[in-house]
Amino acid sequence: MNTLHTITVTINGQAYEREVEPRLLLSDFIRHEIGLTGTHVGCEHGVCGACTILFDGEPVRSCIMFAVQANGHEIMTIEGLTPDASEENLHPLQASFREAHGLQCGFCTGGFLMTLLPFLKENPDPSEQDIREAISGNICRCTGYQHIVDAVKIAAAKMEGQ
Amino acid sequence: MSTRYFGQRIKRNEDVRMLTGQALHVDDVNFADMLHVAFYRSRDAHGYIKEIDVSAAQEREGVVAVYTAEDLGDYWQPGPLLVPPPPTIKGLIFNQRTQVPLAKDKVRYVGEPIVMVVAESRYIAEDAAGDIWVEIEPLPAVIDIEQALSEDAPPIHDDLDSNLAAHVIQRKGDYETAVQQADLVIKRKLKYDRGTAAAMENRGIVAQWDAKSHKLTVWDTTQAPIVIRNGLAAMLGLSEHQVRVIAPFIGGGFGPKIMMFYPEEVLLPWASMKLNRPIKWIEDRQENFFATTQERGQVHEAELALTRDGRVLGLKHNFIHDGGAYIPYGLTVPLNSQANALGPYATPNYYSEFKVAFTNKPIVTPYRGAGRQHGVFVIERMLDIAAKELDLSPIEIRRRNFIQPEAFPYNHEIIFQDFAPLVFDSGNYEPALDMAVEMIGYEQFIKEEQPRLQAEGKKVGIGVAAYVEGTGIGPYEGARITVEASGKVSVASGIGTQGQGHFTSFAQIVADQLGVDVRNVYLVTGDTDQFHWGAGTFASRGAVVAGNAIHSAAVEVRKKILKLASEKLEAAEEDLELADGQVRVKGVPETAINLGSLAVMANPLRGAVRPGTEPGLEATSYFGPESGTTASGVHALIVEVDPETMLVEVKKYVVVHDCGKVINPLILDGQIHGGVAQGLGNAFYEQLHFDENGQLLNASFMDYLLPTALDVPRMEIGHFETLSPLNPLGIKGAGEAGAIPAAPAFVQAVENALGEAGPEILEIPLSPNRLFELVLGVGLTQKTR
Repeated sequence: MNTLHTITVTINGQAYEREVEPRLLLSDFIRHEIGLTGTHVGCEHGVCGACTILFDGEPVRSCIMFAVQANGHEIMTIEGLTPDASEENLHPLQASFREAHGLQCGFCTGGFLMTLLPFLKENPDPSEQDIREAISGNICRCTGYQHIVDAVKIAAAKMEGQ
Repeated sequence: MSTRYFGQRIKRNEDVRMLTGQALHVDDVNFADMLHVAFYRSRDAHGYIKEIDVSAAQEREGVVAVYTAEDLGDYWQPGPLLVPPPPTIKGLIFNQRTQVPLAKDKVRYVGEPIVMVVAESRYIAEDAAGDIWVEIEPLPAVIDIEQALSEDAPPIHDDLDSNLAAHVIQRKGDYETAVQQADLVIKRKLKYDRGTAAAMENRGIVAQWDAKSHKLTVWDTTQAPIVIRNGLAAMLGLSEHQVRVIAPFIGGGFGPKIMMFYPEEVLLPWASMKLNRPIKWIEDRQENFFATTQERGQVHEAELALTRDGRVLGLKHNFIHDGGAYIPYGLTVPLNSQANALGPYATPNYYSEFKVAFTNKPIVTPYRGAGRQHGVFVIERMLDIAAKELDLSPIEIRRRNFIQPEAFPYNHEIIFQDFAPLVFDSGNYEPALDMAVEMIGYEQFIKEEQPRLQAEGKKVGIGVAAYVEGTGIGPYEGARITVEASGKVSVASGIGTQGQGHFTSFAQIVADQLGVDVRNVYLVTGDTDQFHWGAGTFASRGAVVAGNAIHSAAVEVRKKILKLASEKLEAAEEDLELADGQVRVKGVPETAINLGSLAVMANPLRGAVRPGTEPGLEATSYFGPESGTTASGVHALIVEVDPETMLVEVKKYVVVHDCGKVINPLILDGQIHGGVAQGLGNAFYEQLHFDENGQLLNASFMDYLLPTALDVPRMEIGHFETLSPLNPLGIKGAGEAGAIPAAPAFVQAVENALGEAGPEILEIPLSPNRLFELVLGVGLTQKTR
């Protein structure tokens, strides 16, 4: 169990080589080995969606994957959405969440953004029902979802043609 | 003032950090030499600890320490009582039994911590927790709250004769006289079962003892960092100035994160000092279902006495409240239930008696609503039933009983959770009801849509419920405001923040007073080294109590600015205005000085302080309301029940809400939306199922259903403002309101949809299964009259 494996994972465009235990969760790897703590862990069993990341472009739950499974793969986290975390350079999806007050405590928000990014690429003009279905695997306890849905509508309009 | 931020839908200052993954949460605090903690928790709900064997855990490589209750020595103490019972209620019984850091001799609920393991990594700590052997001699578990108080129930606390934790009677007028005068007396038994707050972030603590600076720093997901600091200093024999508690960004609170002290909050700092290493514990989701406090189990017996025209003469309201294994939070929750059963109604006679029962279940402390929704559920259901009996509409019976606007302040003549008499400071209920009825389209639904849809075989119904919420209670909060040399303004306050938008709404208050851009007001909150007086974020009080303290400090700073600027600009104070980060002479905008320069002038290197003056443009103020201020509102909804599956779809949801003067309607809408979502969860999705042995059967998000985006409807919100006379800003709290009346409104609508042949629903939460049982007449609560 303690045998270490060397893995190389590209996260937000940067390659990281680390030695990890095979049982190390991908979420713990991202948060505590790499130090990208914007990916949050809410349930550790793949239900709440807070830990969602993009894994080769697909949204996955990092709390139910092992770090070794990411060897040779590309990951994007919430930190990868903007070059510098400044207000001016927010991704349109992030800016829309701010505009519509689509977040309160912000703990689930990263998971929503990473779920929505590929969704909006495939569905540039979603209906309210489409949006609600798309985020139905992400739990938010603060907002009652309405402002999140509003934010996605704004984002879709902003991102059209991008 | 050139810019009016107050009342505007301002985007939040804190969002950029949150949206880019830069907001610090407790689990983001890391140190190179940090140790990690896991707990061995009781698997039995009730029993004697016969043996604890930690030897295998101690031998595991990477384990640094393993602690049981014995190892704590004199540090092992039952936790403090957060809120004592009100001293003025006569004949009150209160058997104080509070939680212990690690169970000794006896375990009292599944999940109670018995052993603390400290290791080099969380993975090793959990491995080692699995190495521990604890032998328990089991006792029968006390689960049902009514049976808990029966004579043959085994006492959970061996030094007590029974499981009675508290007994309180409160009266107003004389209920028996009301019965004699009444044309109709309705009696019902109502049940309200347990749920959990399920904040998305679990609890967590990082403690760092620095032996060289002789300081302890604790990052804690608490809603009350100052109280934690003061308590820790006392427990650990440190000066309060040696302890810094930081409540950073917190992923949702909702009440259970204000529980002083959780065992882990006592243990981590102690272990960090003992081992001289930083140490971290992060609760996992399964632990959260056992180790974090819960709320809601109550059984009510209610009696409503009315005239034939539907006027309430009296209410009798007796209930048992499930306290769980310990009662550190005193009587806050049942007192709220007792008070809120009076609702917005002028009830002349009230008799209410409650008992709190110890049970072998997790501890109960306030969760959003904090018992208020239980009282509201009782009175709203009783009014619905009375309306049916009297052939009145649910709207009309409420209208006939509302406290009238000229009757405020209205004294309910009982004691509220803040020990003050339950006096409603202000309100105007009927126009709010009218607005809700209009927005939901009540008349049209009843007369046209419902008959039309029923003819198509659809089961559609409408529900309307009213409520009041006592908010913004004392004792006080404070704030310090400083104009910095850069011209930016810093605000330090003691309350913690869990997503309420404090960084913005408080900044709006300050920006208006000082004439600066809202983005140039920087708030520090939840760091005891920045501000160390205050109570915490609870009871919908942040905006009311801290907001008014901040307002008061801003007014003081404004005075200082005007005084100094008057000297420097050689102009009378009344000729000056504050705008765009400057003080300038009205009508002569080129005669101006910016706030940053003025701040430097207020703190020069020579001659800064003359007798009776202070350096800088800074002020500290406090606000302590005499009593809480009463928010109110009406919820209305239309549902459709699928007769095949008993799934309930909410087709339309309307909230009319009066929380006084609104600081930021965008943030307020968000608070209401989230509250309604939790209220609907409470009504139809969320229920903790304990078996007869006290085992929680649905301790995961797979099994405990939180509402998703497909379950929560779009809501329409109507704002209605009745200003509070109890604070200068005229505001009332809003944090909990959304959650409070959702359940009775939902039940009324479901009952209405199922029609005359359907069941009378006297319990919450429902579920499709339970609704089926009720429709089939299985397990119906017996009607007594």
